[in-house]
Amino acid sequence: MAFIHFLKPKNQLEEGGRTAAPVQQDQGEPEKTCPNCRRDIPLSRLWANDLVCSCGYHFRMKARQRVRMITDKESFRELFAGVRAENPLGFPGYRDKVETVRAASGEEEAVVCGEARIGGQDCCLFVMEPYFMMGSMGSAVGEKITSLFEHALARRLPVVGFTVSGGARMQEGLLSLMQMAKTSAAVKRHSDAGLLYLAVLTDPTTGGVTASFAMEGDILLAEPGATVGFAGARVIEQTTRKALPAGFQKAEFLLEHGFVDAIASRSGQRKLLAELLKLHKRGG
Amino acid sequence: MGKMPYDRVKLVRQSGRPTGLDYITNLFRGFIEFHGDRRFGDDPAIVGGVAWLGESPVTVIAIEKGHTAKERTCRGFGAPNPEGYRKALRLMKQAEKFGRPVICFVDTSGACCGVGAEERGQGQAIAENLLELSTLCVPVISILVGEGGSGGALALAVADRVWMLQNAVYSVISPEGCASILWKDSSKAAEAAASLRLTAEDAKSLGIVERILSEKELGKKEFYHRIRALLEEELESLAQDSDLVSKRYERFRRIGSSAVCGAKESL
Repeated sequence: MAFIHFLKPKNQLEEGGRTAAPVQQDQGEPEKTCPNCRRDIPLSRLWANDLVCSCGYHFRMKARQRVRMITDKESFRELFAGVRAENPLGFPGYRDKVETVRAASGEEEAVVCGEARIGGQDCCLFVMEPYFMMGSMGSAVGEKITSLFEHALARRLPVVGFTVSGGARMQEGLLSLMQMAKTSAAVKRHSDAGLLYLAVLTDPTTGGVTASFAMEGDILLAEPGATVGFAGARVIEQTTRKALPAGFQKAEFLLEHGFVDAIASRSGQRKLLAELLKLHKRGG
Repeated sequence: MGKMPYDRVKLVRQSGRPTGLDYITNLFRGFIEFHGDRRFGDDPAIVGGVAWLGESPVTVIAIEKGHTAKERTCRGFGAPNPEGYRKALRLMKQAEKFGRPVICFVDTSGACCGVGAEERGQGQAIAENLLELSTLCVPVISILVGEGGSGGALALAVADRVWMLQNAVYSVISPEGCASILWKDSSKAAEAAASLRLTAEDAKSLGIVERILSEKELGKKEFYHRIRALLEEELESLAQDSDLVSKRYERFRRIGSSAVCGAKESL
């Protein structure tokens, strides 16, 4: 089943994602309440700390902000930027929805792809966008991810990918479902050539993305507290009519059950990724 | 004229239709069932093993829903757990080792939705099947005989040929789920079923299935005879194809590519 989340209303946090940290001093600095520790955090402090609260709670992050955070300065060269889906099945309301989301998010689609350097290491990078229909995968996302793995294969580069997704995009029906097979096949070709694929699972990674390229990395990292699963927790609760265990589908739960290699806090990700890329480099 | 999309959904959910095991016993000779994923357990929602198709050994894998209420409960209503997908993968790799084709029968509302399934990595199990099936070196034919529910169905349908029974459905999400998420109203399922384009004709026009199988004499001798002949013929031609894996890649690679626009510039 696909579990699609919707675009959350714009808030100051997102607004800040597109430009430098907006600090307004006149009426007191804008604050954001941490859903974990309930404390109000000044936005400027949150920005300075890569959207991580002092209690360790990781807020969602826009794709381009993540690109800036993780890559070496001015090393990112975007690929396949113009790829976008129209309304291939003529699904009612889809075109308007996408247009609204495009305007609000400033993105054409739910993933940003390119070549970059991380700590001096060359790689191909994809970062999914939580503020574009919650990173749902339709034909364009599938096409961009597939093209990126093909590009990485041709260039013999590793792939680093940050996943966030509500699953397959139901407005593109079967075409979305097939992107799971398409992206997986591209991951396999890349993998069979002996190339590294590092996936970082961020909150939330669910449905058809979990059941395809998110789980297919050679190394799987997860951000602390990220929800990662196939079926949605609420759906499971409704289906089984039982209370879910504490911490169900959280990154730590996945670690405990053997489905991720490590939990990676945002502050250490850049260094860790660079080190892992370096460790897997062949022929020096 | 075919039935309306949502009528088909309701039709294929009925217990009177042939199930996975009916196809196995009627299409093949001497089926021997192999159990277990060698890691955790044996999932009764997926049945697999070896059998003869005419004079050739084949690996057959089917999602089994059961007919009676008791059978349906025992079979987990045809909603496989991770160990079911891992058993299927084990049998597919075994088929590859011994050079025999794989034939899958798909009929599921979706992968099992439960705490245990998540604890044992439902997403990872499906992902691994998609990954490994994409390069399996033997011919694979998948037939959707009833419900083709999302990733849980696709995990057995990354094939060289995908066929659908005339009334079978194949969808990214159930019409009820789609209606309740999009319109907060599960009673709009019929509308959702029409919008999702989940019929065999839709799947064929989207290039997702190659062949629609008539349901004339469904479950009768003639019906199985017809499908057996088609399988034999198709496997004979696939057996001569030395370029199977790259054609399978292209088969999935092109899906959705025409639905996107924008130049795919390269550096």
